[in-house]
Amino acid sequence: MPKSKSAYSIPTKKQKPDTYIFVVWVDNEAGVLARVVGLFSGRGYNIESLAVAEVDAVKNISRITIVTTGTPQVIDQIRLQLTKLVPVHKVAEFKREDKGVIFKEMALFKVVGKRNKIEKCLNACKKFNPVILDETKTSAVIQITALRREIDKMNKKLKPLGLISTSRTGAVAMTRGAKIFN
Amino acid sequence: MPKLFTGAEIVFKCLEDQKVEHIFGYPGGAVLPIYDELKNHPSIKHILVRHEQGAGHAAEGYARSSGKPGVVLVTSGPGATNVVTALTDAYMDSVPLVCISGQVPTHLIGTDAFQECDTTGITRPCTKHNWLVKDINNLSKVIHEAFRVATTGRPGPVLIDIPKDIQFAKTKYKKPKKEKKLNGKSHNKFSQDQIDELVNLLSKSKKPIIYSGGGVINSGPKASQALREFVELTGFPITSTLQGLGAYPGDDNQFLGMLGMHGTYEANNAMHDCDLLINIGARFDDRITGKIDEFSPNSKKVHIDIDPSSINKIIKVDLAIVGDVTTVISKINKTIAKRKNGHSKSNKSNIAKWWEQIEKWREKDSLNFVNSDESIKPQHAVQRLYELTKNKDTYVTTEVGQHQMWAAQHYKFNKPNRWMTSGGLGTMGYGLPAAVGVQIAHPEKLVIDIAGEASVLMTMQEMSTAVQYNLPIKIFILNNQYMGMVRQWQELLHEKNYSESYSEALPDFMKMAEAYGCKGIKADNPDDLDDKIQEMIDYDGPVIFDCHVDPNENCFPMIPSGKPHNQMILGPNDQEENKIKGKGKALV
Repeated sequence: MPKSKSAYSIPTKKQKPDTYIFVVWVDNEAGVLARVVGLFSGRGYNIESLAVAEVDAVKNISRITIVTTGTPQVIDQIRLQLTKLVPVHKVAEFKREDKGVIFKEMALFKVVGKRNKIEKCLNACKKFNPVILDETKTSAVIQITALRREIDKMNKKLKPLGLISTSRTGAVAMTRGAKIFN
Repeated sequence: MPKLFTGAEIVFKCLEDQKVEHIFGYPGGAVLPIYDELKNHPSIKHILVRHEQGAGHAAEGYARSSGKPGVVLVTSGPGATNVVTALTDAYMDSVPLVCISGQVPTHLIGTDAFQECDTTGITRPCTKHNWLVKDINNLSKVIHEAFRVATTGRPGPVLIDIPKDIQFAKTKYKKPKKEKKLNGKSHNKFSQDQIDELVNLLSKSKKPIIYSGGGVINSGPKASQALREFVELTGFPITSTLQGLGAYPGDDNQFLGMLGMHGTYEANNAMHDCDLLINIGARFDDRITGKIDEFSPNSKKVHIDIDPSSINKIIKVDLAIVGDVTTVISKINKTIAKRKNGHSKSNKSNIAKWWEQIEKWREKDSLNFVNSDESIKPQHAVQRLYELTKNKDTYVTTEVGQHQMWAAQHYKFNKPNRWMTSGGLGTMGYGLPAAVGVQIAHPEKLVIDIAGEASVLMTMQEMSTAVQYNLPIKIFILNNQYMGMVRQWQELLHEKNYSESYSEALPDFMKMAEAYGCKGIKADNPDDLDDKIQEMIDYDGPVIFDCHVDPNENCFPMIPSGKPHNQMILGPNDQEENKIKGKGKALV
């Protein structure tokens, strides 16, 4: 370790970070996203993806889904710090590996090329519920829903087949079965 | 039809309903309607500061010494940015502040208008919550909510940004609601099982220590009372953080003094060697823990705190009790009393050996220093100040640096809310305006700012405020011509390269006092010190006391960096054997 003359302690042993998904219910008011995102940047937490939209217009509630990485201690802190924010109603978090939770992202691919290439693209996307949203003789916009890493993979795979533009959302999450997040 | 009020009137109606008596502020274009309304509300007194940072710190001093929220009123733009340091300070030390800032009219927001800034954006990370009120109909609700947020749970600062057009707009006034739903944020989340578990740990422990913090002060005077009962019931030794001083009497035998970087030898060694550590309302700050890996390695750790996010943030604990200190300790005391009725065996005998050990550590007399006949030693000056003021109900504020640590070490506090210092943020310039606020809250009491000459210059302009309102604050400057703590670190860590830590051209504080219209007293001889301090105390009015002290004195004891609690540097005599080396430098 290099010599340090700083006034603070030396970082000690680190635990292994894991990927977690946070779901946060907030009042849909001005600045609420900035509060949540500012908490992450201000405290040095990481955001891999973010999805936010109003889910209850009557109660004025938005639902924010954040994918983040951190050690168990950091994840605890994120939950507790989020809970302290005034417009936050509740916070749920789960591991990415959690089998009880569905976890999806959507992507739009614009493919430009001859018909056979576009067909090939559609074929490659078969597993991910491809929907053609727009089509011309030389182009197509394909929508898929999948996991993050699957979209990453498709993104690579379609490049040689004429993929010229990708647009994708952050992850959204929902529990399986009848139960909901507590 | 109910009467309509302007936004400015609503601000004052809210303040009246919140029982606000004093506001600290500075006028400007975007708050003029509110200032215009001031004259119609004689129950609210406005204290005009000389800089908005001073308003913030004065409100902090007011809040910390009285237990009531401090209220600040500033204008938009520079008014708001100047108060940011004080808001951050209050956020770090959990002080309830309500800051009202003016803003440019709503239709100009976002246009880079004159004196516009994104106040809610700038203050978002340094407040518990903030509001930009764009609809007059929300104003009264927001202000009442702001007081609730600032004062409940772990207290802290809030800010309400009110555009000028909203101050003119009219609407109905809504009174504060009596009891609101807590939005899932109620504060006492502990169970009797947890209390029982703690009491079991108490009775099993052979080497316990109580480590109390600012949470005890924030919980109110009843918390200190409960803490005193708890310490008496258990017979345990108790140490305190910087912010917790006064919650337990500083001159009591069970009190080991402050712990941490400049804590006493006995307190730090007891923290290191204990088998049960009970943290009451403290947060395992890095100035307390030293090296985390070797922090109190063999103890069961209990943490009592109102803020769940403080638990396991730094130090993993074995038992966490989330709740208000007063409620938790009272429950513990009741449970102990109940059990004692069953079987009268006390565990005081269990810990007799532990006390013997503590007494051995105490013999080191770690706060000692080599006194001098020729120059005033800063520690001696604080000790004399304490001896000459201890029979009055004295309130002490400080700036930040060596003088602050000497004050914490040598001034003994017996009551809560008597000690106001910037701990978390470490804001030089805190003490003078804080003293102004304390004196406003306690006009008849003796209020002393133990200061350093470098710190005090940062907010010196507030002497003008003190003179205007005839606040008899005493600014006791330990003048060593250095930024002492910086110089100390440079001496110990940077091969005595005193880079920019010497003040070449200090003002003549006597003349400065004269210029401000207050009294100046200068002391540079230990023989005159007592008389001059007495002169300061007896003078009815603000005083600047320029106490010339030995410029080379360092603050000991000290946990040398990279080392755990049980390896401290003691006095000057001990230093040769204990030089700070290698990665140890990182921890100071």
